[in-house]
Amino acid sequence: MELYNYMGYELIEKIINKEITVSDLIQSTFDRIEATDNLLHSFINLSKDKALKKAKEYDIKIQKGKKVGKLCGLPLANKDLICLKGFPTTCCSKILKGYHPPYNAFVIERLVEQEGAIHIGNTNMDEFAMGSSTENSCYGPTFNPWDISRVPGGSSGGSAASIASGQTILALGSDTGGSIRCPASFCGVVGLKPTYGRISRYGLVAFANSLDQIGSITKCVYDSALLLEIMAGKDPLDSTSVNIKVDKYTAELKKSIDKKILGVPEEFFGEGVNNEVKSSVKNSIKKLESLGGTTVEVTIPHLEYTVATYYLLCMSEASSNLARYDGLRYGKMSQNLKGDVYDVFSRTRNEGLGTEVKRRIFLGTYALSAGYYDMYYIKALKVRTLIKKDFQEAYKKCDFIICPTMPSTAFKIGEKVDDPLQMYMDDVLTCPVNLAGLPAITIPCGFDSNDLPIGFQIIGNYFDEKGILNIGYQLEQELNIYRKTVPAIK
Amino acid sequence: MSIQNNEIMIGLEIHIQLTNLKTKLFCSCSNDYRGTEPNTHVCPICIGLPGSLPVVNKKVIELAIRLALALDCKINNQFWFFRKNYFYPDLPKGFQISQYNKAGGKAFADGGKTTIRLNNHKKDIILNRIHLEEDPARLVHKGSIATSPFTLIDYNRSGVCLIEIVSEPVISSPEEAREFLKQLKSIVQYTGISNLELEGSVRVDANISIKGYDRSEVKNINSFKEVERALRHEIIRQKNILKRGKKLIQETRHWDDKRRITIPLRTKELEEDYRYFPEQDLVPIEINSDFIQKVKSELPEMPNERSVRFRKEYRLTEFDSYNLVLDKNFADFYEEGVKSDPSFDSEEYKLYCNWLMNDISRWLNNNNKIIQETKITPKHLVDLINAIKDGKITGKIAKSFIPDLMVGFNVKALIEKTGKRRISDKEYILKITKEVITDNLDIIRDFEKNPRALEALIGKCMKKTKGRLDPELTREILLELLSNKIKKYKKS
Repeated sequence: MELYNYMGYELIEKIINKEITVSDLIQSTFDRIEATDNLLHSFINLSKDKALKKAKEYDIKIQKGKKVGKLCGLPLANKDLICLKGFPTTCCSKILKGYHPPYNAFVIERLVEQEGAIHIGNTNMDEFAMGSSTENSCYGPTFNPWDISRVPGGSSGGSAASIASGQTILALGSDTGGSIRCPASFCGVVGLKPTYGRISRYGLVAFANSLDQIGSITKCVYDSALLLEIMAGKDPLDSTSVNIKVDKYTAELKKSIDKKILGVPEEFFGEGVNNEVKSSVKNSIKKLESLGGTTVEVTIPHLEYTVATYYLLCMSEASSNLARYDGLRYGKMSQNLKGDVYDVFSRTRNEGLGTEVKRRIFLGTYALSAGYYDMYYIKALKVRTLIKKDFQEAYKKCDFIICPTMPSTAFKIGEKVDDPLQMYMDDVLTCPVNLAGLPAITIPCGFDSNDLPIGFQIIGNYFDEKGILNIGYQLEQELNIYRKTVPAIK
Repeated sequence: MSIQNNEIMIGLEIHIQLTNLKTKLFCSCSNDYRGTEPNTHVCPICIGLPGSLPVVNKKVIELAIRLALALDCKINNQFWFFRKNYFYPDLPKGFQISQYNKAGGKAFADGGKTTIRLNNHKKDIILNRIHLEEDPARLVHKGSIATSPFTLIDYNRSGVCLIEIVSEPVISSPEEAREFLKQLKSIVQYTGISNLELEGSVRVDANISIKGYDRSEVKNINSFKEVERALRHEIIRQKNILKRGKKLIQETRHWDDKRRITIPLRTKELEEDYRYFPEQDLVPIEINSDFIQKVKSELPEMPNERSVRFRKEYRLTEFDSYNLVLDKNFADFYEEGVKSDPSFDSEEYKLYCNWLMNDISRWLNNNNKIIQETKITPKHLVDLINAIKDGKITGKIAKSFIPDLMVGFNVKALIEKTGKRRISDKEYILKITKEVITDNLDIIRDFEKNPRALEALIGKCMKKTKGRLDPELTREILLELLSNKIKKYKKS
């Protein structure tokens, strides 16, 4: 078996047992990238020389019996909006071309500096994480490894595609309305979006800061638990990170799920959800029942308002968060410096930002403007509170909520680019989780008739990552499809 | 048309840097940026690099509570920040983290007042609120903003904590504004939150209107001293427009301190909609009443309390004590001085106050210095007063010693150095007075009709001796000589 087909925790064992070296692993990673990325385009920037050098260092350390951290030199793909010191971080936007952050994000400090993951490159994404297909990147789209005529989902499409195709073992993503879970679902891998505040956002370039959360994309639930153990915790540099005990997630995976109450919200199986998706998810629900779980019906009555609410809020926040890109201090300023400072700012932003980003800035600016603020922004905040309450009510009756991750499987490249509303509707099952600030995981639960993966979503109560990882792991082992590899990429 | 003061409405927004903080409002960069190499006191947070997040400096809360208590404000038990969105090169994030008291927001503290004294009247200046915000970067121009070929940006100031004090529009003259700012400056100094002597530590925006007409907002008044001047100018400008039968419009104007006029800003900036909304990178901060009590108990004596105490303890007049305590350093100097000599009593207390408030203040003003920058000690002034009391020198001589005292000489050394001491030798005084009388026969003729001619003659004697003659003896001798002379006239 090729090294890239192993799970992360298996490779750590092999490295510790000296069956393979870190250099072997990193070299095979780059070999795989070189063989496939001209077709997939998961990566936009690689760090090959540095990664191989680091691998050698770790091998020497391991030889000498020294510690190299829990991640033992596993390759890590970073989404292009998490700051990495000295490495180009552009959010896949022209306006940030040439920008090298002078500092590491909190998660990079933890994973790379403390626990020995090796950064191999940055992955493609929708510009500033605005999109559900990775088609809105200034570098062009990423293609789905299961079918390269289709999108990988978004916005963390590069990370999901790289995991699914074995180009890396670990990947980071960020999830504002589904940006980890959507591509993980479309690419048939595991995507975890933790509770808002569970992982520090320090160094995560903001799209909508009250909704953004860093998470992981991995091949299996165990790897996901391992990464969360390292990344979770209070960071003094992020006031919204929470000081709540971090569980030993990997140790809890094998616990029985007997007597766990699983809530099934009928609204998440509505008309818009594809029948093949529904039946695959229902099949998995039966498996969970067979493992001892009890299902109950729950209801999220305000689900129909979530997409509108989500887009009003994320656009409003984005209009402010993206105001700093004026080309003055970093990034790309317009070459044409005619006129006053406002003219240059406008020209720089007009040239540097993509269509979807501009659309969201316009709409967000409008929603926050005098005279419209109460009607749109304040109203959306109120609905957000109602949605939170819906979930709180539901959790009085159940321990977890289970449902599909996406209403469909991966769609064709170009299919929805001209219809933003259609694209926005794809977030209907993921964005309520961000509005409520809850944790959720998606795991592959089957394939449709086109052999495209289907995602199963488990939504937990606040800070119950332990619980959703446990359910996810049990289902994953029961379904036993997680080792299925993508078809040959040609 | 004539407009009375009670028809003028002025509201002030005063931005004060909390210069006594060690670090900036949202990051750990040093707050002390003055005189530093540009763009060296910066980090990802205060230059708003992508991915950076603000964290509130907890010390800010204590300092803000001190000021809120001293200004009699109602401190809100919870506060949070808002974003004020606008584009400007000094604003690295495209928004300023500030506070807002609408749209569900709350200021740090609401209401409050301070009492001013003007022409023997007292008036309460009512405050609307005080709130916290971050300072933008500093823009540097060559010469004036209008003619400079470039704009340089120094982010060292970016993120320094400002506290904004917003008054109600209850100020009815530039003089009242001046007194209010004097009082505010004094309170800030006593609370120890800021050193307002530092350049750029204060910025004022003023709303000015004539009752019944649209107001203008004057921005960019960069010192307390400029406020009175800017207000005077703006009131005259508005009155002149009305005189000419023209209409006043609501507008934002810029104080040009070089030309000393207000100029209109471009309309682009007038139509600004700041799109305030909550800053969700920061969580609401709770302030419990125990903490407020703790800060209150540690609060030093405030100027108004000190003024009352000075009146009691040193039997000063209300006017004297009010003015003496305004500058804490001055009042501290006073107390140290008068306490150091147990023989001091009401008379000396008053004299000490007079010397400080008159001759020493005048010297400080003329030399543009504050008392700590000079070498005079409280003891020096005690010695000076005692030297007069003991007859060693005259008041005139004492006055002439002031410039030397300010640079560190003591009274004893000055008497030796200058040889100036009070002359009470009757023979000598007689000689001088006779000479003066001979030289000023015209004044003598006046003497009968105008007794004040005597003062003129004493002045002449003093001038001749550089103020060293004992003033009482001189007066006696002169009177005697003059009355003899008059008798002679009458006989002849």
